[in-house]
Amino acid sequence: MKNLFAKVLLGGAVAAFSLQASAADITGAGATFPYPIYAKWAEAYKKETGIGLNYQSIGSSGGLRQIRAKTVTFGASDAPVSGADLDKDSMVQFPAIIGGTVPVFNLEGFNSGEVRITGAVLADIFMGNITNWNDPKIAAINPSKTFPDQSITVVHRADGSGTTFNFTDYLAAVSQPWAEKVGKGAAVKWPADSSVGGKGNEGVAANVARIKGAIGYVEYAYAKKTSIPYMRLQNKDGVFVRPTEASFSAAAAGADWFSVPGMALSIVEQPGADTWPISTASFILMYKQPSDKAASVEVLKFFDWAFKNGKQMAIDLAYVPLPDSLTDQIRAKVWSQIQDK
Amino acid sequence: MNSPVASPQSSAPTAAMMAVVKRQKLQDFLFHKVTMGFSLLVLIALLSIIASLWISAWPAFEKFGFGFIWSDEWDIVNDEFGALIAIYGTLMSSVIALVIAIPLAFGIAIFLTEMCPVWLRRPLGTAVELLAAVPSIIYGMFGLFIFAPLFADYGQPALQSTLGQMPIIGPLFGGATNGVGILAAGIVLAFMVLPFIAAVMRDVFEIVPPILRESAYGIGCTTWEVVRNVVLPYTQKGVIGGIMLGLGRALGETMAVTFVIGNSHRILPSLFAPGSSIASTLANEFAEAGDLHLSALFALGFLLFVITFFVLAAAKVMILRTEKAKGTKS
Repeated sequence: MKNLFAKVLLGGAVAAFSLQASAADITGAGATFPYPIYAKWAEAYKKETGIGLNYQSIGSSGGLRQIRAKTVTFGASDAPVSGADLDKDSMVQFPAIIGGTVPVFNLEGFNSGEVRITGAVLADIFMGNITNWNDPKIAAINPSKTFPDQSITVVHRADGSGTTFNFTDYLAAVSQPWAEKVGKGAAVKWPADSSVGGKGNEGVAANVARIKGAIGYVEYAYAKKTSIPYMRLQNKDGVFVRPTEASFSAAAAGADWFSVPGMALSIVEQPGADTWPISTASFILMYKQPSDKAASVEVLKFFDWAFKNGKQMAIDLAYVPLPDSLTDQIRAKVWSQIQDK
Repeated sequence: MNSPVASPQSSAPTAAMMAVVKRQKLQDFLFHKVTMGFSLLVLIALLSIIASLWISAWPAFEKFGFGFIWSDEWDIVNDEFGALIAIYGTLMSSVIALVIAIPLAFGIAIFLTEMCPVWLRRPLGTAVELLAAVPSIIYGMFGLFIFAPLFADYGQPALQSTLGQMPIIGPLFGGATNGVGILAAGIVLAFMVLPFIAAVMRDVFEIVPPILRESAYGIGCTTWEVVRNVVLPYTQKGVIGGIMLGLGRALGETMAVTFVIGNSHRILPSLFAPGSSIASTLANEFAEAGDLHLSALFALGFLLFVITFFVLAAAKVMILRTEKAKGTKS
């Protein structure tokens, strides 16, 4: 009864859309972060097979609610669900696509990539401990630059989002105070007094572009599309890297996915000289014993097709496709657990 | 011509007439029931909304009790929720909106009813009403992309160097000049509620009997004296009702406020500081809300419902009283 109203609302919306779609369509709901690539894959897949994907990008928490209510065949989440929770619901989880988050800024006289930052300083800024660009801690990592006396405004996502989860997951990994005082989540209590919230990547970008001295974070695909000035970030190996396809792939390559139950691996702050430290996978959740086995098989067919044929599409949209070695393992170790008969 | 004997005979009901009467009676009966059903539907919908809000909000109310209303905690990660920040943002932005909109609406209504040349009355009145037809998302976009940068560059520094230097109210205009914040939300809201207040004020000013007005002019009153001593006392309650209607709209406004209020969960003394309203919090956080968080959002929705309900009920009562007064006095 708790979420009755939400369930009725969402259920109604899902039902309304399902009615429009043909009976054979695949249904899924959840994360907004991978929505552009899922939509792209779905379009190409429909052309080839005639089977459409009806994906509702209602947010990761919404996706979890929907898959638990069994209104969809798969759920999608930007934050991995823990192995224990998966077992409780007898679900499996696998990564489907990799992306990342990029710190962006607006400071007169500084172009894209001209400001270097470390995780610790980034955490200090977002905690409100560093409030001016002329702070010695910023100067120390940018020895050749002179910073103006300009107060810092922190811009964050106002809506709950996988991008925020990825960013706070990273800050919690690199900063002990952040992990203790703020934590990680799709939305957190932003501690800096100067915090301003924007709705969606667009809202954050608009505020950063508008407010002098602002610093924010957006999804990599969005940063690439809009050429908003980004920062170079120090990775675990001490190198200041730029956010590029190569640096995201590097983050994915080193990860040992099966070291964690349920593949619930966070790939922030991975080792490697080229690695971009704020990377994340977006996950798919399915039941081991699905009530509609045929539908479940269709979902696996779709992702099988996407893993094989969807790589270029992912790269075009500034995502990172999973390497073949990983997708082979997903087929062998994860999909084999899903009953198809 | 009508003989008393013939009349009962001629009007004696025939079987056909009885059938017609019976049919009409049935029609009336059905019509009555069906329309009543339609009306009850509204009541049922209203009660269902309250009930479902209450049921969904219950886990939050159960956990935090009445303290939910005055706790300024909104920590999603640690599942600690309180409504104070959102209530403060909602009430503060609405109050700012009214402070700006009331004098403007008053001026518009006075001009339209007392001074405006007849040929201009209609176009101006329509323009004011059209302002109400602008979708709120447009106000939001205008607010964020056009108003906020201008406000940050010119408006806020100007306020800071004047009002910000005064004792007591100075801190209200302190802090960073970002453009977005509670004051910006209040100003955008002012333009959104302006047409509602102005339209009601104009309508109630028009019900002042011409004889009263003309007598006042006749004894040599200025326009202001007529407004102050005749029009306003006569329409007092209606004017307050109109203001309450505007307040009702300001309290619940979502999209435009979400764009410009800054969406920050904190209460700072400065009006320049970003904050959040109940509606903006709901709009932002629903999609990714977990169990208790979701319940806390429903609880916020319930509180907004209660606040708006009382404001609108008060407005209705005020306006009804004015209309009654009109009936007895004129």
